[in-house]
Amino acid sequence: MNIDYSQEMPVIESRISLAEIDRLISRPLDEKPDKKFLIALSITLTLLLVGVISISYLFLYGTGVWGLNQPVGWAFDITNFVFWVGIGHAGTLISAVLYLLRQKWRTGIARFAEAMTIFAVMCAGIFPIIHTGRPWLAGYLTPYPNQHGLWVNFTSPLVWDVFAVSTYFTVSLVFWYVGLIPDFGLLRDRTASKLKKTIYSIFSLGWRNSHRNWNHYEKAYMLLAGFATPLVLSVHTIVSFDFAVSIIPGWHSTIFPPYFVAGAIFSGFAMVVTVLIFVRKVFDLQHIITLNHLDKMNKIILVTGSMVGYAYAMEFFIAWYSGNPFEQFIFINRAFGPYAWAYWIMVSCNVFIPQLFWFKKVRRTIPVMLIIVILVNVGMWFERFVITVTSLHRDFLPSSWGYFVPSVFDLGTLIGSFGLFFTLVLLFTKTLPVVAISEIKAVAEGAQPSHNGGKH
Amino acid sequence: MSERKLYGLTALFQTPDEIVHAAKKVQDSGYKKYDVHTPYPVHGMDAAMKLKPSNLGYVTLIFGLSGAAFALLFMYWAMSKDYPMIIGGKPFFALPAFIPITFEITVLLATLATVIGMLTFYFKFPNNSQPLHDTPYMKAVSSDKYGICIEADDELFDLEKVKHLFKELNGQNVSDIYFPVTEPFKIFEPKFLILLAVVGMLTSGATYVTLNKLLYITPFTWLMDQDKVAAQSRSVFYADGFGMRKPVDGTVARGFIPYEYKGLAAPVVPLSNPLLPTAQILQLGRKRFLTFCSPCHGNFGDGDSRLRGQFPNPPSLHSEKVRGWQDGNIYHVIVNGQNVMPSYSSQLSRDDRWAVIHYIRALQKAKNASPSEILEAKKETPSNAAK
Repeated sequence: MNIDYSQEMPVIESRISLAEIDRLISRPLDEKPDKKFLIALSITLTLLLVGVISISYLFLYGTGVWGLNQPVGWAFDITNFVFWVGIGHAGTLISAVLYLLRQKWRTGIARFAEAMTIFAVMCAGIFPIIHTGRPWLAGYLTPYPNQHGLWVNFTSPLVWDVFAVSTYFTVSLVFWYVGLIPDFGLLRDRTASKLKKTIYSIFSLGWRNSHRNWNHYEKAYMLLAGFATPLVLSVHTIVSFDFAVSIIPGWHSTIFPPYFVAGAIFSGFAMVVTVLIFVRKVFDLQHIITLNHLDKMNKIILVTGSMVGYAYAMEFFIAWYSGNPFEQFIFINRAFGPYAWAYWIMVSCNVFIPQLFWFKKVRRTIPVMLIIVILVNVGMWFERFVITVTSLHRDFLPSSWGYFVPSVFDLGTLIGSFGLFFTLVLLFTKTLPVVAISEIKAVAEGAQPSHNGGKH
Repeated sequence: MSERKLYGLTALFQTPDEIVHAAKKVQDSGYKKYDVHTPYPVHGMDAAMKLKPSNLGYVTLIFGLSGAAFALLFMYWAMSKDYPMIIGGKPFFALPAFIPITFEITVLLATLATVIGMLTFYFKFPNNSQPLHDTPYMKAVSSDKYGICIEADDELFDLEKVKHLFKELNGQNVSDIYFPVTEPFKIFEPKFLILLAVVGMLTSGATYVTLNKLLYITPFTWLMDQDKVAAQSRSVFYADGFGMRKPVDGTVARGFIPYEYKGLAAPVVPLSNPLLPTAQILQLGRKRFLTFCSPCHGNFGDGDSRLRGQFPNPPSLHSEKVRGWQDGNIYHVIVNGQNVMPSYSSQLSRDDRWAVIHYIRALQKAKNASPSEILEAKKETPSNAAK
């Protein structure tokens, strides 16, 4: 437990040969799925089935099957959307921002986090489409020349959202694939199976590990990281505009963009830690995804959690300071009104509990850490719920006040989105290398020329 | 093996230090067509191979700027030229509100251009038939060895010299790589023709089904099938059995205020023209007059139209009688009709009628002005001088 933080720790614990890294990381791909994997997959597929049934019902009978009412026209759908987009942000942050900041420790977790970004954005993308009530008309959201001579309203935050989320998905996918190309090349050269070889050859595009290619490749990777960084900030900013650009008290606030971005990173890191705790154990990657990684991520959770706590406090302060009676009412109502239970779950999970990460022992003890990060995920889901529902359920006219109770289909869709996410995560661990092999080799000990530059 | 063409000579090295050293030596020996293969980018290799920094950034820059310009111009055109609409009190060109999409399109286009450009133009991918593929050399360098390959079509290439160089550098597993023997491709191969036919049939079948069947499936028809009363259908609810209901007595349709002196010889109370004879109103009156009145009354109201002789002659509008009429009398005739002239109330709205009356008055003034009035009009006034 005596860790010297004064000097950089090796990214990989204990010296492993490069060939050993290959073997370790591609082992899940070489072996047939074991019983544990199949049990896990059957659980997630069951959850996914619940979601499919809920959404089929929704398509058959319309949004009336949800608990939505007047005035609460947005509830679980938008809550889940914002929650999942937020989960995705950690991946881009790890892969792009930490890359630009030359944080070498990111290599062990970047691939996995990027994959989680893609899966989380997939889950997120479902909700705006199904909440429109007629998802088969979703194509109207794209500006295409049509017989009505109409264009989409480019000044609307909802259209910005379409552009932001689809760009984010595309760029994340491209970034992820670019990182995967050298690994596909390696897998192609490793595998004995002819079918696998064909598949890997197609995806590797004929990668040859040529240094003339690496030269451009590294440049492209840096450019992509440079783009992904402002992109990740813009996406949750635009998601927050969905609320902030309206005039509903509790939504109409300039603190929303930074507050949402901090919250997104907070929840995303919590999700990455949750999943990595299992992955490093199950796939024997403790040397590559080390306790130091988890320690560092927990520190980021502590920082962003405190930022989110600051935002909660600042919202209250501004409500008082603005002198606007509607703002004041909505915030007092949030903390002490009918949804006080949700508000206090949110505050305790997001602000109070992560403070335990001030203690080094807590940051480096896996069971405690797991409980905390799961609670953070719960708290961040409730944050979006509180923002969406409590601002709506007290309309300007007391005659149109209401209370939202989720229906079984609301819950089923939420469960289904978790099913989809974890199904994709499980399939990913069995089909693609969960750690970027070429990147981890580059930071292994002895992988770079010594400082005297060879024997001359 | 004489017909196989030599691609190049390869050697493997154990450590990054060795490969950087070897690359430097090969570069210094003057070889141009050689490449270093490493499982990950090795630092210092760019300098050893004397590679210029990648110019991929320019591709990104050009496409990023094009994306920004395209997005901004497109939104400007769509929102202020093609379908201008005021939304939320913003101007047509609402720059702040265009920023998010401009940014997203910039990033999207720059990213895609960088990656696609790098893969296709810089790397010439996909290329799975390169001679180095499937060699033990490639298997070694993608795992944990560092290799160098000097290509046979380099000007300085000489098998013995290169072998010697590799030996000097302590390179291991020196091996020669040959181009794979390619089978000549024949277009009339039955397998290929069958494949072509199958692909053709599948494509046309899928296109047919998509365009003629799938696109016409209505996913959910409940909105169309819901209970409703069509205008001509029989109603079981109303006693008279009509689905279509008559408006309540005394209902006045929008824009159709009834004329209260209809059928009388003249309006009981004198009516005055509610419109001012502005240039715009006179223009409207002229347009309506030429459309509806001139076929009988003639272009200038002289009653000399092309229909003269086929009907009872239409009267001139410049007669003492008409010039002496009040505006209300002309209005009455337009709405009510007179002799053979039918009512024009369905063709001309209220404003149209009063505009036509202004125009008739202008025609009358023009045709029957007194000399003093003409002098007055010809005077050098600021408004006349401008013409």
